[in-house]
Amino acid sequence: MHSKATLGLKVAAMCGLLFLHLPILLIFVYAFTTEDKSYQWPPPGLTLQWFGVTWNRPDVWEALGLSLRVAAISTVIAMVLGTLCAAAVARFRFFGRETISLLVILPIALPGIITGISLRSAFNIADIPFSFWTIVLGHATFCIVVVYNNAVARFRRTSSSLVEASMDLGATYFQTLRFVIMPNIATALLAGGMLAFALSFDEVIVTTFTAGQQQTLPIWMLEELVRPRQRPVTNVVALLVVLVTFVPILAAYYLTRGTETVAGQGK
Amino acid sequence: MNLDIAEGEFFALLGPSGSGKTTCLRLIAGFEQPTSGSVVIFGEDATRVPPYRRPVNTVFQDYALFPHLNILDNVAYGLMVRGEKKAARRQASEEALSLVALAGFGGRKPSELSGGQRQRVALARALVLKPKVLLLDEPLGALDLKLREQMQTELKALQRRLGITFIFVTHDQGEALSMADRVAVFDRGHIQQIGAPQNVYDRPETPFVADFVGSSNVLPAHLVAQLIGETAPASLRPEQIHLTSADGKLSGKVIGSAFLGAATRLELDVEGNSLSVLLPKAASVPELDSTVHLTWDKDALHVMRGPDV
Repeated sequence: MHSKATLGLKVAAMCGLLFLHLPILLIFVYAFTTEDKSYQWPPPGLTLQWFGVTWNRPDVWEALGLSLRVAAISTVIAMVLGTLCAAAVARFRFFGRETISLLVILPIALPGIITGISLRSAFNIADIPFSFWTIVLGHATFCIVVVYNNAVARFRRTSSSLVEASMDLGATYFQTLRFVIMPNIATALLAGGMLAFALSFDEVIVTTFTAGQQQTLPIWMLEELVRPRQRPVTNVVALLVVLVTFVPILAAYYLTRGTETVAGQGK
Repeated sequence: MNLDIAEGEFFALLGPSGSGKTTCLRLIAGFEQPTSGSVVIFGEDATRVPPYRRPVNTVFQDYALFPHLNILDNVAYGLMVRGEKKAARRQASEEALSLVALAGFGGRKPSELSGGQRQRVALARALVLKPKVLLLDEPLGALDLKLREQMQTELKALQRRLGITFIFVTHDQGEALSMADRVAVFDRGHIQQIGAPQNVYDRPETPFVADFVGSSNVLPAHLVAQLIGETAPASLRPEQIHLTSADGKLSGKVIGSAFLGAATRLELDVEGNSLSVLLPKAASVPELDSTVHLTWDKDALHVMRGPDV
């Protein structure tokens, strides 16, 4: 049953939403300001010059490239490991199943700073120099979680008798994987992968502990903010980050909605 | 347990849930491995043969239609993984669909079909591969009563027409009795009795069979000893007991009655044992707490000497 919300409730909801999203709009507006030393409201004038400036800054390109590479590789690692783990937990009963399920999800519940510190000290003990790969490893720990969560939910919603039906009809293990399992979990995997990519792309905390001299894009932004030089460049980059992370999250949302019913279970 | 099923037979595995009938079916399909013993299909040992190389196909309880494929592709799946040509599998699948009266449904998705239609698709998908044995795991369990009765008749007709072996799992004794050529009654992992429906119904070998197949009365051994001098439990069908004025074989007190439409069921207390009697509609129903005298034909009392006794 739907009942009409009171005016007061509507106003409160609007205020809440504005409070959440106005600051983001401010960031976008500052990308066009003519003042480059401090953030001044209202902007004294509007200009597109910062887009050109950003385009010509090699440090921006370097950070962006690193972020994209880290996100891509951690996502691939997360998709392989997360899916395998989800398949095991959803399909089989074995000793320690619940524990494994909890341990996989733990990195997202743990504060990033704990993950960061523990990884850093582990790398130190193992005498591993900080590099591109230590960043990837750090990101993979929490990227696995989102892939795992998406995949495990889909595996549980896919009736296990589908696999048996496929084998009963003469399909080998490989054919069953290709023609039945993959089509049924593909959208969940894609959604998980996109979320993982977005998470990795804007990660700061774990990265500060696991990166050496390299700067990912979010780290670069953090450094830029304390230096009052061409400030709007940071805002231009922020706009870019929002676009890069927002598109996959939106796509993931559209890919996984409307699949509430259990596949192959309808009667 | 030992179970032999003949070629071209409609065989029912009947039992309550958890009695091992589905496990038995899964052993034949190859989804479970026996810890000991063997599965032989048409004279060939199939114990270690994976499901995809057995000459049997299954109709699953939840049908297990592939949700991402349309009906035609669902039916053609088995032919596709075998590497049949596209035109050939299309033709065979359409034939199979018309066999189950679903011609023209090929383009739809499983989610667009009703329960009864999905059931037929599952049947067509298994039959298109021309299996020697068709396994059916409670195939009618999810259908409503009317549809179930219709499908029972259709399945039976289909089996006669195709002449292949049907092995059918059900917990519904009415379904098993009306459709099967032979029935195996399962209880707690053991086969209690194997036989033709008529035989199992009239001459149950164990108290479990007597009770499960058609809710027969089971008279305890000491009562049977009083009656005919044999010390073994006996089965006595409610519909074969008649009320008599006096000098009956047993007498009991009426503790309940229920009107069933075509008949009335009386619940009696006979020397501490409960006994039910089915009265034809024309008979007058005795009052509660009154004492009635019972008699029956000599053949009606069936002494049970099965393995469980």
